[in-house]
Amino acid sequence: MAKATREAYGEALKKLAANNPDVVVLDADLSGSTKTSEFKKVSPERFFNVGIAEQNLIGTAAGMSLAGKIPFASSFAMFAAGRAFEIIRNTVAYPFLNVKIAATHAGLTVGEDGASHQAIEDISLMRSIPNMTVINPADCIEAEQAVLKAAEYVGPVYIRLGRMAVEDVYDSSYQFEIGKGVELKNGSDVTIIATGIMVQKALKASESLKAQGIDARVINIHTIKPIDKEIIIKAAKETRAVVTAEEHSIIGGLGSAVLEVLSDTCPVPVRRIGVMDTFGESGKPEDLMEKYMLTEKNIEESCKEIIKMK
Amino acid sequence: MKYDDLKLTAQNLRKNILTMIHEAKSGHPGGSLSAVEIVTYLYFKEMNIKDPHDEGRDRFVLSKGHGAPVLYSALMEKGFINKELMGTLRQVNSKLQGHPDMKKLPGVEASTGSLGQGLSIANGMALAFKLDKKENRVFALLGDGEIQEGMIWEAAMLANHYHLDNLTAILDHNGLQIDGKNNDVMTVEPIDEKFEAFGWHVIKADGHDFESLEKAFEERKKVTGKPALIIAETIKGKGCSFMEDKASWHGKAPNYEEFCMAMEEIGGGLNG
Repeated sequence: MAKATREAYGEALKKLAANNPDVVVLDADLSGSTKTSEFKKVSPERFFNVGIAEQNLIGTAAGMSLAGKIPFASSFAMFAAGRAFEIIRNTVAYPFLNVKIAATHAGLTVGEDGASHQAIEDISLMRSIPNMTVINPADCIEAEQAVLKAAEYVGPVYIRLGRMAVEDVYDSSYQFEIGKGVELKNGSDVTIIATGIMVQKALKASESLKAQGIDARVINIHTIKPIDKEIIIKAAKETRAVVTAEEHSIIGGLGSAVLEVLSDTCPVPVRRIGVMDTFGESGKPEDLMEKYMLTEKNIEESCKEIIKMK
Repeated sequence: MKYDDLKLTAQNLRKNILTMIHEAKSGHPGGSLSAVEIVTYLYFKEMNIKDPHDEGRDRFVLSKGHGAPVLYSALMEKGFINKELMGTLRQVNSKLQGHPDMKKLPGVEASTGSLGQGLSIANGMALAFKLDKKENRVFALLGDGEIQEGMIWEAAMLANHYHLDNLTAILDHNGLQIDGKNNDVMTVEPIDEKFEAFGWHVIKADGHDFESLEKAFEERKKVTGKPALIIAETIKGKGCSFMEDKASWHGKAPNYEEFCMAMEEIGGGLNG
């Protein structure tokens, strides 16, 4: 069923409220949108609204972790990763504090609110910080497990969540593991490495390519840092052509991370699908994905082009 | 005399600070020296802290992280860190980082240095202790230039909203910052009225007088239901006449002659 990953976050928080007494949740006046309100409903004494103050959101979460709590701090990705960047860097990541930053409304699919609210740099920002783990789930099944695993893991984690509904990529048997990429479909002609909302599109593109006689491998990189080098290198060696796909700037995100791995180990032609170093704008999410060339058709075309470069 | 022990400890802290910064040829003497009595009073009188790993200990957050030498000195006098580290301040591979790194030293409760963040950290600790109905108290030392950071006021709002009466902030009010006098750079006054307007209980003290500090901390204990700020009037570079009240000594190390002069003034001579 199509549902937004932020909904899964709310569901996971309810489970944590019941099962983990150390978990506390902080929000900056967006609890209805980020779905931390779900935690507040069942565990109001462990929920803290800090008001519209994202720097203080992260700083307070840091202090709570120093007193033994496992804080989940939430806002929109723009304000969590953007506005509070330096607090995350210096006060959370540098001392390796056990703070989880669950940032919703990431990417262009925020839609109508426009460029000011569309974080397309957050993966890049978070990935550049030492000690940080960066997770971008593809669907609700993965998002819920990622949140639960992040609570178990000791250390700073950034989880990127979306506003818009995504189709399920996985079924209930799926087992999420931090740092472990997932081969969703085997293939020998080209590899599509996707993350977040682009994973469902990568799968659709591979179906369409199959009908045209092109055998595309599909890999979901849900953990962008630490990245699963092995699965990427193996795919590059076996298919000799790679297309990356992310709802994020082409600068510094998944595409860059894959290039960093491959340039060191197995340089093959790579084409990156992402937002082309430009700001977004207001619009329906699907119209924006079309305009900014983040569709399954774009993935399909890139695969065909890159195969010619082999 | 009543405060003789504290005065002796403060003297040792000053000597440690100058020795460290002189040997490092780098560091922040002015704001370390202005906070000596405050930090001495906290670590040797006010705070419940016998062991840096004891769960029940009170917490100290040095929000003005460039004052690292005063914190390191107190931790050395407490016996939490080895005095032999003194010559390693700011050197490569040292545990004594230019700004405090909690991962490298026992007794450093938070990594600080980027200004304006310590009050939020202290709030978080105080909130967690309240949630768990624990008795631990939290103390945060702020610089007076530091309160120009907007995040301080976000935190000031939160401490009031959540009635953090287990939190005490102390303002090292020496009136100076790197570029000059606070109020020439950016007006911070009236600090008392600002914090009172944010719902805090504000107490004024002489930050170099133990009797005055004791009165302030005792008054704080009587106030429940709200956070408190002790505005401690201090002199930047206190204890070294040529450094006192000079912004130029914010972040400069004394040369050998200056170091000898300063040690002489503090008392006890070079080996004292």
